[in-house]
Amino acid sequence: MTAVVRATGVRRSFGAARVLDGVDLSIAPGEVVALLGGSGSGKSTLLRILAGLDPDATGSISVPREHAVVFQEHRLLPWKRVLDNVRLGVPGPPTRAEDALAEVGLADRARAWPAELSGGQAQRVAFARALAREPRVLLLDEPFGALDALTRLKMQELFGRLRGRHGFAALLVTHDVEEALLLADRALVLADGRIVADLDVPLEHPRAPDDAGFGPLRRRLLDLLGVPLAKR
Amino acid sequence: MTAVAVEPSVEQAAAPRHKARVRWQRAVSPIAILVLWEAAARGGLISADKLPAPSTVLRTGWRLAADGTLGAHLLDSLTRAAVGLLIGGTLALVLGAAAGLLRLGDDAIDPPVQMARMLPHLALVPLLIIWVGIGESMKITLVALGAFFPLYFNTYAGIRDIDERLVEAARTCGLGQWARIRHVILPGALPSLFLGLRLAIGAAWLSLVVGEQTNTQNGIGFLMMEAREFSQTDIVVLGLFVYAGLGLLSDLLLRAVERRALAWRRGLKAS
Repeated sequence: MTAVVRATGVRRSFGAARVLDGVDLSIAPGEVVALLGGSGSGKSTLLRILAGLDPDATGSISVPREHAVVFQEHRLLPWKRVLDNVRLGVPGPPTRAEDALAEVGLADRARAWPAELSGGQAQRVAFARALAREPRVLLLDEPFGALDALTRLKMQELFGRLRGRHGFAALLVTHDVEEALLLADRALVLADGRIVADLDVPLEHPRAPDDAGFGPLRRRLLDLLGVPLAKR
Repeated sequence: MTAVAVEPSVEQAAAPRHKARVRWQRAVSPIAILVLWEAAARGGLISADKLPAPSTVLRTGWRLAADGTLGAHLLDSLTRAAVGLLIGGTLALVLGAAAGLLRLGDDAIDPPVQMARMLPHLALVPLLIIWVGIGESMKITLVALGAFFPLYFNTYAGIRDIDERLVEAARTCGLGQWARIRHVILPGALPSLFLGLRLAIGAAWLSLVVGEQTNTQNGIGFLMMEAREFSQTDIVVLGLFVYAGLGLLSDLLLRAVERRALAWRRGLKAS
């Protein structure tokens, strides 16, 4: 199968600091790839480049037009009601947006203002906004990072369900090893401006952190990320 | 999550009662001042030549309104204010938007405007008289100048202060340049635009007062200057009342429009 996302030799510097130094990456249709890395390793920079938000990067990048981005913050327009936020840039009648809103369980909040939502609800709307575009690829920049632990678990479960139904490919930027192992088919580790590890996650869905095989993979990833705790 | 859902309704129930009480309280001192004034004038403490009683002013107002004098002059003043505000406001919006949106516009427009801002525009009257004469165009120019600066700066700042992350999110939703201006930048700058418009209207009235005191044949300012020559203090005070009323009324109107246009901010306050 041909890759739906392909990037080769991606480079990006901020002044003298070279953040990305020749990143190669490809994502197959329907594949969920987690991108891990320490703080400041450039994983968000790479996602922004793939999303077409960074004109100063070099390298060859191919991302389908049907892509959508979910950020760590919901980034809903505060002056548009929830449904109008989801409809933003989606032509035609609002049925697609309504369906997307229903899928994240917020059909009854369509007329609310974003400021009236809780953090978890707002992030669900942000997912609905992405879904309404019927994307072939979702680009997710720590989408659960700003949520409390319980809400995060619920959102991860929701993501798994949506993925099963829509079959989109996704690049999930995260610093949470557990999250990567719960959701992704493959985990990449970014360090020193390059992809230093590419790890398959051959676990059955739905997954749980106490599944057999979860522990060793977790230790392996932490090891790759240079966490000393895992070296015992 | 339930707490958030419940909160707004609680606020809505509590807010009107609270507001009504505050409004009622705030009316007490102005009324007290009026009553004291009236009493002092009737008791002979203040001579009628210096400051007539409020009731006298009101009676004069009624008389002038009944014979059509007040209405005619008011219309002249309003026309000046409206035309000046329209010209100055349009210029401010266009130039402010150009400077806020385009780098070239910023470089070309903002420095001279910043320099001109330092000139007190009311001090330009002598120069304006030389340039455009003492007629109607001088008054309108003065109003336009007064309205221009506050609206320009607030348009500029409103556009510049928009959260770049929202613009970015709109881009990832496939919105082009014009769609981004329409859906993100314009509504995002709207609170600033309203603030600028309110300041602009205030500056417009002020400019009007000053402008109408120089060689005018009509308008509220003329009414006052003429009355001063005949020592008709009641008409002078009436003119002041009319100016104050105009300022108050325009502010109330604009606030009502603002409340409707910025309804989304209520949600922001409630949460």
